[in-house]
Amino acid sequence: MKRGFTILGIVTALLLSIALYTALAWAPTEQTMGHVQRIFYYHVSSAWTAFLLFSLNFISSIVYLVKRNEKADIFALVSAEVGLVFCTVVLVTGPIWAKPVWGIWWDPADIRLNSTLALWLIYISYLILRRFSTSSRIGVIAAVWGIFGALDVPFVFFSIWFFRTQHPSPVIAKGGSLDPKMWIAVLINWAAFMCLAWLVCWTRYRLEVAQREVHEAEAMQSLMEGAR
Amino acid sequence: MNTNPLHYLYAAYVATWVIHGTYLYILARKAARIRKEIEKLKSSG
Repeated sequence: MKRGFTILGIVTALLLSIALYTALAWAPTEQTMGHVQRIFYYHVSSAWTAFLLFSLNFISSIVYLVKRNEKADIFALVSAEVGLVFCTVVLVTGPIWAKPVWGIWWDPADIRLNSTLALWLIYISYLILRRFSTSSRIGVIAAVWGIFGALDVPFVFFSIWFFRTQHPSPVIAKGGSLDPKMWIAVLINWAAFMCLAWLVCWTRYRLEVAQREVHEAEAMQSLMEGAR
Repeated sequence: MNTNPLHYLYAAYVATWVIHGTYLYILARKAARIRKEIEKLKSSG
């Protein structure tokens, strides 16, 4: 287990270094936007990673509701938390990219931007709910919240197909016209971020298990002290 | 449109790592707190 974690750590560090090189130096410079387009590699990779983590939260929430499996509950929490970190990266790098290209930081009428912000707010509220609720049924409440929250993920993803938006066309499926080298660079960056997400989820999962064990031990200890 | 606004590019990359770094720092503090709680439990028997 410890060896697997170390190997994953080394692979992640290597992939992140290669990803940084491909994004900043190896990938060709886009003709219209110039070097600023290289934000794309971090922005899009982070968005895909966040979507995947929120989808895992959705699956874990269903598993928890059906089986009442504690591991699924912990994984739901972990995937939402790490997904939120990647979603924050998307929301920060997006406006930094938009300013030099569109001339504005944020377009208040843009459905892609607003639905991504809504997604971020949904998972912030999910984590606040989990953090501060004193209900014994918080696992169930959070799972239901996670399932409904995840419905925004396909809405964000497909919004550029269905609505007129400032946001660039999708790079996958019909709308995509990426240079092959750009494709390779974005896939390497996505792989690196996926490994980072896996590593952080693993760490966070172990922390959550340890924290729950400590709380259980504390509760047992106070029960025993009360019985004396 | 400015075609070479490198400072925006650097800002985006730095911001990404500041966000990840902040989260990792929060996790490290959490781990330290849990370790302390375990020590406390062990010492109290």
